[in-house]
Formats: sequence, structure tokens, C-alpha cells
Amino acid sequence: MAQVQTREEAGLGGQVHAGGKAHVEGQQHPIGIYLQIWGWLFVLSAGSYLVDYFNIEGYLRWSLILTFMLLKAGLIVAVFMHMLWERLALLYAILVPPLLVLVFVAIGALEGDYTFLTRLLFFQADS
Amino acid sequence: MAQSALTDSGELLKRPDGLQGIVADWSSDQRAFKNVPWGKAMMWIFLLSDTFIFSCFLLSYMTVRMSTTVPWPDPSQIFALHIGGQDIPLILIAIMTFILISSSGTMAMAVNFGYRRDRVKTAALLLVTAAFGATFVGMQAFEWTKLIVEEGVRPWSNPFGAAQFGSSFFMITGFHGTHVTFGVIFLIAVARKVWRGDYDHARPGFFTSRRSRYEAVEIMGLYWHFVDLVWVFIFALFYLW
Repeated sequence: MAQVQTREEAGLGGQVHAGGKAHVEGQQHPIGIYLQIWGWLFVLSAGSYLVDYFNIEGYLRWSLILTFMLLKAGLIVAVFMHMLWERLALLYAILVPPLLVLVFVAIGALEGDYTFLTRLLFFQADS
Repeated sequence: MAQSALTDSGELLKRPDGLQGIVADWSSDQRAFKNVPWGKAMMWIFLLSDTFIFSCFLLSYMTVRMSTTVPWPDPSQIFALHIGGQDIPLILIAIMTFILISSSGTMAMAVNFGYRRDRVKTAALLLVTAAFGATFVGMQAFEWTKLIVEEGVRPWSNPFGAAQFGSSFFMITGFHGTHVTFGVIFLIAVARKVWRGDYDHARPGFFTSRRSRYEAVEIMGLYWHFVDLVWVFIFALFYLW
């Protein structure tokens, strides 16, 4: 419960109020936090565009793109979609299953490599 | 009314947090998702399934791109625009990205003003969001027209390189564009209901007769932010990679 109270003090709670009115509606947060995240999303998008604009190549390009992508996705889910303030039961139910897609990615990558090598071996002449 | 179909967030809760909270919420015969309206939990589950659909598209794109022996076309050049006497790489897609992010920002503000019961601002912000969305779809239509008519890109061939580029492109951006289009329609419908004050007195919906409050705006927002979220992945993996 201590955690809930510190959230209250930070003005981020909205859902669980100790005492007072019995019914408090939904997710209520100060408007400033949305504007802040909005700004960050602009900065991160500009960053990922600049990666392309300056023609950064190789591992640096891929790691920068992925970093910007994950940061943006994280900000959108955490703040705009309010996941930061939901109970863990919902958060895990929604965010853990997509991680299994990574297994699928690994399988797809193996398969893609295999097909590529097979094509090199058998179809190179008329590719 | 049945416990499972509550449209507001239910009773005051003093429940454990952390891992203990997960076990407590999921165990025994009760609602697993406390403190969220039923519609919101269901929207999240719908979005989860949609995540898998888009994951499958991006996965198949990865697989065909890895397996082709023909060089992959360079999106940076294909989506360049000729502005002020020079080609600026990928600028069209960059503008579309900023438009969609801005629409996410206005959507988040709409949700916020909804919970503050500011009908006029909420409806106005929803309409601004819809306008951004429509602009995005319009730019996508422009992009498709340019590619199909001028460049001759087809799902089975294109003049730049690997044939799989066309099929991946039309499939992924087409499906995303459809989501944006439905989102715009959904936004206009919700804006109208906000404007009319439906959520102030929980007027039954004309189709399902379910009564909803301002959490309906947040549920709409979840869908819209998801569309933006998918674009983040498409932008990074398809256009920038």
C-alpha cells in the first residue's frame, strides 16, 4: 500500500484513492506528462530519420534503428496507453505473449538463411 | 447486472501489489482484470491479437528479404521527394511519421479532457486526431499512386530489384492503412457521441445498447495509439532497415 500512496503524492494515481469519494473515474494524469512524451517521440523519430539521412550503415545503423524503435514503442505503451499505471495482472497478460514472437523470428531467420543458401546452390544461374 | 460486464472500474480495492497481486487477481472464480472497465480489457485483448497479425506480416517480410538472392530495393530512394531542386531521401515517410505521432498526442489529450468532463475540448481534439489520420491516409494514397502508376511497382515485380518488395509493401502498408481508415471512422463516431453528451448520462449505444462513460474515449485511444505503435515498427523495419 505504501507504493500506492507515493503514487498519489506524485499525482499519478487516479485510480485508487484512500478515503474521500468512493468512485474515481479512470486514468487521470497531469497534461504535462503527455506533452513531454509527445516531445520525446518527435525527438526519437527525428533521430531515426537522421540515421537514414546521413546514410549510417552496418551494425551502427541497425542498432540505432532498433533502439529508437523500442524507445518509441515503450513510451507509447507506457504513458499514452497508460500501461505504467495498470495492475501487473493486465500488464503481463498483454505484454508477455508478444515476446513469444521472438521465437518465431528466430525460426523465420533460420528458414530464410536456409532458403537463401539453397537458392544460391541451385538457382544462381537464372536468378 | 452481471459482475463480468461492468462498464466502470468497480469497487475500491485494497489488493496486494507485485507478483502476489498477479496470483491474487488471477486465482479463484472472479474477474482477473481489476480496476479496468470490461471494455478496456477486451480492447487490450483485441490489440494483442492484432499484434500477432502484424507480427506475422513483418516476419514474412523478414523471411522473404533474407532469402532472396536479388538485391533488395532501397526505400530511401524510392520514397524520396523532389523538393526545391533536390531529392530528399525518405522525406514523405518522415512527414507521415510525424503526422501520426502528432495524432497520438492529440488523442492522449482528448482522453485526458474526457476524464475531466470537458466535452467541447474532447470532441475538438478527437476531430483533430481524425483529421491527422485522414491526412496520413491521403499521403499513403499518394504514395501508392506514385509507386503503382509512375514507378510500375506490382506485388509480383518492380523495376528496382527483388520482386518480394512489392508484395511485402502492399500487404504491410495496406493493412496498416486500413486500420488507420477504420480508426478515423471510429474517431468521428466517438467525437459525435462526446459532443452530444452521451457519456455524461450513459446513453445506450444505438447498436449494442451498452451504456458507456468517458472510458469509451480511452478505449478508442488505445486503438489509435496501437495504430501509431504499429507504424513505429513498420517505419523502422520496412522503411529504414
